[in-house]
Amino acid sequence: MSNDHKTDIATTGIVEGDIVEFPLPPHHHRLTDTDPRAARRAERQVSTMFILSGLCIIAFIAAYIAIPETSYLNLGPAGTIQTSNFMLGLTFGLATLLIGIAAIHWAKKLMSDEEIVDYRHPVGSPQEDRDAAKAAFDAGVAESGFVERKMVRRTLLGALALFPLPLIVLLKDMGPLPGDSLRHTIWRKGSRIVIDVTGQPLRPEDMQVGSLVSASPADLKAIQEADGDQNARAKASIILVRMKPSDIVSEQGEGWSWNGILAFSKICTHVGCPIALYQQRTHHLLCPCHQSTFDLADSGKVVFGPAARAMPQLPITVDSEGFLVAQSDFQQPVGPSFWERA
Amino acid sequence: MSTVVDGVGKAIGRADDRAPISSLLKDNLRKVFPDHWSFMLGEIALYSFIILLLTGVYLTIWYQPSMQEVVYHGSYQPLVGIPMSEAYNSALHISFDVRGGLLIRQIHHWAALFFMAAMVVHMFRIFFTGAFRKPREFNWVIGGSMILIGLLEGFAGYSLPDDLLSGVGVRIVAGIIESIPVVGTYLLFFLFGGQYPGHDFIPRLYTFHVLLVPGILLASVGLHLVLIFYHKHTQYPGPGRTNDNVVGFPLFPVYTAKAGGFFFIVFGVTVLMAAFVTINPIWAYGPYVPDQVTAGSQPDWYIGFVDGALRAFPNWESENFLGHTWSWNILIPCVLMPGILVALLLSYPFLEAWITGDTREHHLLDRPRNAATRTALGAMAITFYGILVINGANDIVAQAFNLSINQLTWFTRIGVFVFPPLVFIATRRFCLGLQRRDRDLLMHGRESGQILRLPHGEFIEIHTPISDDEKAVILAKRDIAPIEAPPATDENGIATPGLRAKKWRAKLSNAYFGENVKRPTLAEIEAAEHHHHDEVAHEIDVLHEAGAPIPSELTD
Ligand code: HEM
Ligand code: FES
Repeated sequence: MSNDHKTDIATTGIVEGDIVEFPLPPHHHRLTDTDPRAARRAERQVSTMFILSGLCIIAFIAAYIAIPETSYLNLGPAGTIQTSNFMLGLTFGLATLLIGIAAIHWAKKLMSDEEIVDYRHPVGSPQEDRDAAKAAFDAGVAESGFVERKMVRRTLLGALALFPLPLIVLLKDMGPLPGDSLRHTIWRKGSRIVIDVTGQPLRPEDMQVGSLVSASPADLKAIQEADGDQNARAKASIILVRMKPSDIVSEQGEGWSWNGILAFSKICTHVGCPIALYQQRTHHLLCPCHQSTFDLADSGKVVFGPAARAMPQLPITVDSEGFLVAQSDFQQPVGPSFWERA
Repeated sequence: MSTVVDGVGKAIGRADDRAPISSLLKDNLRKVFPDHWSFMLGEIALYSFIILLLTGVYLTIWYQPSMQEVVYHGSYQPLVGIPMSEAYNSALHISFDVRGGLLIRQIHHWAALFFMAAMVVHMFRIFFTGAFRKPREFNWVIGGSMILIGLLEGFAGYSLPDDLLSGVGVRIVAGIIESIPVVGTYLLFFLFGGQYPGHDFIPRLYTFHVLLVPGILLASVGLHLVLIFYHKHTQYPGPGRTNDNVVGFPLFPVYTAKAGGFFFIVFGVTVLMAAFVTINPIWAYGPYVPDQVTAGSQPDWYIGFVDGALRAFPNWESENFLGHTWSWNILIPCVLMPGILVALLLSYPFLEAWITGDTREHHLLDRPRNAATRTALGAMAITFYGILVINGANDIVAQAFNLSINQLTWFTRIGVFVFPPLVFIATRRFCLGLQRRDRDLLMHGRESGQILRLPHGEFIEIHTPISDDEKAVILAKRDIAPIEAPPATDENGIATPGLRAKKWRAKLSNAYFGENVKRPTLAEIEAAEHHHHDEVAHEIDVLHEAGAPIPSELTD
């Protein structure tokens, strides 16, 4: 055994038991080795699979030409599927599979199945190579003067240490600095609250007790078009709920609701999923992502799940024309926590 | 001679004048690879990766990495007239207006799932058989990193179509990044080019997905394979198999046909899956809008454990004295837990080598039972992981089994600490039991189930000796004894350096190997065989004297 280095049991724990070697068991011939008819049969099987594979490729091309991608196939309980997806996949998949099965069948039946033995050698370089490498390295070091010429060495290391800085500095413009942008949304004093889907402004009478409406500020569309992104929406979406005023246990601010109508951010304070599952009986709002549950009748407090903070409430009122409007922006950042949040 | 063979021969001849092809071929064409089904797991991963590269390039032909808003006018009727990002629009275009495009998308996605699954199961094989031991530690590290990188790559690809389902996933990741202390907010703004979602993320993710990560993975796969080639494959113990040889079939032609054929089988199965089973029907989710969500949203399975941990973790958050927020509820499950898991995973070979003090090369695989503690640790890790994966689908599990989410969450919170140690203990016991049985098999043979009543009334069970093949497997076990802690001072009264580490090591070593069942020595086996022989002879005598027939089991 080349690997049975002398080892010290006390420090390594290795117990070299007796090594017993058993010879390879005798080889058994296959039917295809002994019976030429069986070998010919195997040969025919392999070729047949190769031929079928070729036919599948032709079928694939035919299917590609013949089947429009707008045609659908009903597979009963398995649902409906694009016919072209089904046929192209079927023909190409079978063609591929058949080549694979044929090749393995060939190997198993017709190629030699007598095991052969190869020997291993220690993986590392032999000692003389290590010595030679070290000598070469030492010679190079000596010739370079890397050790004696301290000043060159130190300035080189210094230069190399500074060299990557531009690569990092350049990354600065990957994005603007956060500033206080996470603290604000586009809600302002007097922003009209509109139904998200239709853009209709809302009057208190439009909401029945127990109902929930996804809403946004009236100017969201314009701002979104001007910005060309969805950033404003990602923070400003709210839900409005109406409950019996007597059901309200507490609010995040005095006078923040209007006759039992409350507005809350729609963005979960956990890691930011939008929320819309509402149980009107319990006034619970449930996040579908990790099931944080907020009690909207009680300041949006977390009653269950991994979110740590209450759902931010948007103070609302009614303007002179009788439409629901915001009293101000949110009084705290919406969405997930962040380091500077406080 | 076939013209193909002739042609190849001539081509090699010409190439040889320019590069030493023949010298390479001479050494490697008949290289021996051992045969075992479990050696195909890595192959599945490799082939899935090749399929991903191929289909990925096709997807890039039509995919548009842009968050620019466009209005859909393609042939999928339910979405016509709906505003959406160009990315989502192009993914729909691939699915409905490029013939065979849906097939390619689905092959790509199925291959991604197979790629990850094959890598993970392959890792289990490596772990439980000790194939990561010297000299293969580096390949373990490469492999483990590839799983991690593959996970990121899969997440990136999954997010590219910019559908509602994957968009929510990106939102969650953005929230996780935000939770990182000190730099989190800045990281978020740099990665997304400003506030979430911005319009830079998809194009950046695209470069990451099609250039950066595939490049890193390709290099890693290459290095992994070169090392496998150089180390030669490990093999399972058996007759004729030693630590110094490798028994199997030659690369050419047998493995060329088998492994090459297997590539086509993996490819074929993936294509058939893509033909029959819809995966990630992005058209059903709709475009991503930051204030919408699909219920029951699930990440791909390989992300599930992080999601499961995130769901189960208690809602802890605190502020430091400067008013900064520590989001423990996100940091621990999504940053710390996976970080520790990966660190443990990557360093395991080095930890084990330190504990055993074993510096030998290992080319003969361990049977998992013979490394009872390692096997138990693996089973424990899988249990931990499995509980988190299940909790990652807690809403679906709750619905299916009529449980409340609350019950499931508590089940996970407690179970994740209780079940893994239980599984550890049970697995270890089971392995030690198997070791004991092996020892008995060597010493006493196998109980034949035949009870013999001797004339004087005694009952004996006939034991038949096990075959040489079985003996070869069992005798391949190499015992490792626990290391003893050194004395605090040597005989000259000088303190042992690094005493604390050495004591720890002795403790761990004892925990690892203290209870291992020793393989009998040859002398012991011989003695046992003699004894057995004498016993049989005695039984035959007794039977003979009584004039009873002598069963063939005794005379064989
Ligand atoms: C290990 C490697 C890879 C993994 C795990 C992976 C995974 C994924 C996944 C899960 C998707 C979502 C597919 C879907 O729409 O359902 C995807 C999409 C995509 N991948 Fe990959 N991928 C890999 C390599 C590549 C490579 C090498 C390329 C290109 C050179 C590529 C190009 C694309 C493109 C363009 C898409 C978006 C197309 C679409 O979804 O319609 N991928 N990838
Ligand atoms: S994002 Fe709402 S619970 Fe996690």
